[in-house]
Amino acid sequence: MAFLEIRNLEKTFGNVKVLKGIDLEIEEGGFLVLVGPSGCGKSTLLNSIAGLETTTGGTISIGGKVIDGLHPSQRDIAMVFQSYALYPNMTVGGNIAFGMEIRGVPKPERDKAIAQVAEMLQIGHLLDRKPSQLSGGQRQRVAIGRALVRDPQVFLFDEPLSNLDAKLRVDMRTEIKRLHQRMGTTIVYVTHDQIEAMTLATKIAVLKDGLLQQSGTPAEIYNNPANLFVADFMGSPAMNLIPVTITKNGSGVSISTNRDEMEPLALGIPNAPAGLAAHDGKEVIFGIRPEALTDRDGADRNAKNIAESECLIEVVEPAGSDTFAVTRLGKKQVTARLRADVNVVAGQKTKLAFNLDKAVFFDPANGQRIL
Amino acid sequence: MSTVAISERRKTGAGGSRTLNRIVIYGLLAFFALVYLMPLFVMLVTSFKTMDEIQSGNMLALPQSPTFEPWVKAWGETCVGLTCAGIKGYFWNSIKMVVPAVLISTLLGALNGYVLTKWRFRGDTLVFGLMLFACFIPFQSVLLPMATVLGSLGRFGMTLRNATGYSFGFGNPTVNLVFVHVVYGLGFTTLFFRNYYEAFPTELIKAAQIDGASFFQIFRRIMLPNSLPIFVVTVIYQFTNIWNDFLFASAYAGTGDAMPMTVALNNVVNTSTGVVEYNVNMAAAMIAALPTLLVYIIAGRYFVRGLMAGAVKG
Ligand SMILES: Nc1ncnc2c1ncn2[C@@H]1O[C@H](COP(=O)(O)OP(=O)(O)OP(=O)(O)O)[C@@H](O)[C@H]1O
Ligand SMILES: [Mg+2]
Repeated sequence: MAFLEIRNLEKTFGNVKVLKGIDLEIEEGGFLVLVGPSGCGKSTLLNSIAGLETTTGGTISIGGKVIDGLHPSQRDIAMVFQSYALYPNMTVGGNIAFGMEIRGVPKPERDKAIAQVAEMLQIGHLLDRKPSQLSGGQRQRVAIGRALVRDPQVFLFDEPLSNLDAKLRVDMRTEIKRLHQRMGTTIVYVTHDQIEAMTLATKIAVLKDGLLQQSGTPAEIYNNPANLFVADFMGSPAMNLIPVTITKNGSGVSISTNRDEMEPLALGIPNAPAGLAAHDGKEVIFGIRPEALTDRDGADRNAKNIAESECLIEVVEPAGSDTFAVTRLGKKQVTARLRADVNVVAGQKTKLAFNLDKAVFFDPANGQRIL
Repeated sequence: MSTVAISERRKTGAGGSRTLNRIVIYGLLAFFALVYLMPLFVMLVTSFKTMDEIQSGNMLALPQSPTFEPWVKAWGETCVGLTCAGIKGYFWNSIKMVVPAVLISTLLGALNGYVLTKWRFRGDTLVFGLMLFACFIPFQSVLLPMATVLGSLGRFGMTLRNATGYSFGFGNPTVNLVFVHVVYGLGFTTLFFRNYYEAFPTELIKAAQIDGASFFQIFRRIMLPNSLPIFVVTVIYQFTNIWNDFLFASAYAGTGDAMPMTVALNNVVNTSTGVVEYNVNMAAAMIAALPTLLVYIIAGRYFVRGLMAGAVKG
């Protein structure tokens, strides 16, 4: 049985349904990351777990104990907020100890706990400062410290790094991961940043409009998106999604799409699964990640199905470690990821290799995955 | 940002017209300052003159032989109506009424603002709208209804006194005035605090809830300590209004021992025993104005400091 269980959770604000029956769970010690576009209900879901919002349906349980209706302070959770939410009138030490003070923990014990947390986060020298005298990274550390000192069953993080600059964000990300590995406490974490999601999570849940689109390990979400939304949302640069027509071709199929200024693209998949052949003559969405669309020599040598085709390169974007080349297929802009030293020139044709082992297909009518 | 704006202006503005602008602006400011300060100046110099000098000399002239006599007389000897013991008693009457009225109305306003922004309930905007409406009710229209209410409270006090031997303040004119000013000020104080707390980060309250703080603990430990600027604004506003109030004071405590300063001052000026002692009247008026001045000077400094702290925190 999972540690944190969310069953059919619903939340309405007035007459707007914000969460529409969420089912989600995470095992003890897991790291669940909630991602989704702005306004999809991530914070609402997190606040519901914390007890800061009263839900309108469903149940939440932690460690087998239903916590619906419990006050936030009695749920054995701790939360780190996007704005840090440090009490401006208290020192760092006072912020960390506030919860204990309210619970009536005696001062010597409080001081001991503060010292312990301060050492873990290396904020010992800041304990007497006010939050206004700290940098963004230090504030975030203090906010994490305030959560740590509670020693809760579940940590909740609402976009904790989004107010930090890019470099600090990467550092803090690593630090949070290290902290999680060391303490092994269950974490639920909300973010906009897919790299954060991919690097931190043991499980990712993708939400849209209050509905759970898919949940699974980062690899599952990345390689096997359940629908067009997840495919498009996860990954940067985004997955190429190209409308193609399926034609049955002996034991395999061929997928084809029109191109401006060039003959149509046609790629053969010799032993395609039956699921695809069933769509003979119909249009489907063909999804391929930029790293599965490469120059010929950069293609994965272990792949079974590699199709090559000449493509007109419109734009070349060198990114240091790789070079991104943009072409156009079926009126859609398509990004290929080439090795950095490959010789491509904008406006010229280059042979690109499609790794069809990694291809995914979606039904254009409902956006669901076909294969 | 601001440096850019300044250098832009430097580039575009022609040197000559800028100086002219400055002269016009400062000239106007100086003129209005003079207009506003003139009466104060006349009061101040008159209060330090002897009656002879006032009758013979120029109103604007500095006192030839400055004397504290009028101040001493105003404070301890001048006649208010029939009693001639100075205004000191009435000064304390005002203090005894203003301090509780300001503190209670400000604290209640803070509490209202806290509830109306952070503990939203069904119909909270309607409640706020009604409270706001209180700001627009003219004083005069509540005079009679309030007198009726105070009358009932007084009778209740009598009943209490008969039953227990103690009236618990019901019917006491000072308590009555505190009550009136709290009720009347609540609309304003609530408005001030609600608008301030509207921008107060809700995440702080959520964090405190997770830390286990109760409704009042959050109010006392989180909201109040971070409300200094609006607290000072409200205190200045309430203090000035209540101290300077004449209408309620004369209506509900216009005679007798509980008479506040404003009413007493009026009586000093209107008491006609031979010559009008302008110097004493001016000194009494200055004494009556001092507390509000002090509040502005002391609290105003904190006010500016509070604003600055907020600005730097960002
Ligand atoms: N108190 C509220 N009253 C009414 N509607 C609300 C309230 N809080 C949130 N909502 C609505 O609920 C929806 C979900 O909000 P939520 O804050 O959970 O989004 P989110 O996924 O966290 O977005 P973001 O990534 O921008 O933080 C939004 O459409 C929002 O407008
Ligand atoms: Mg959010």
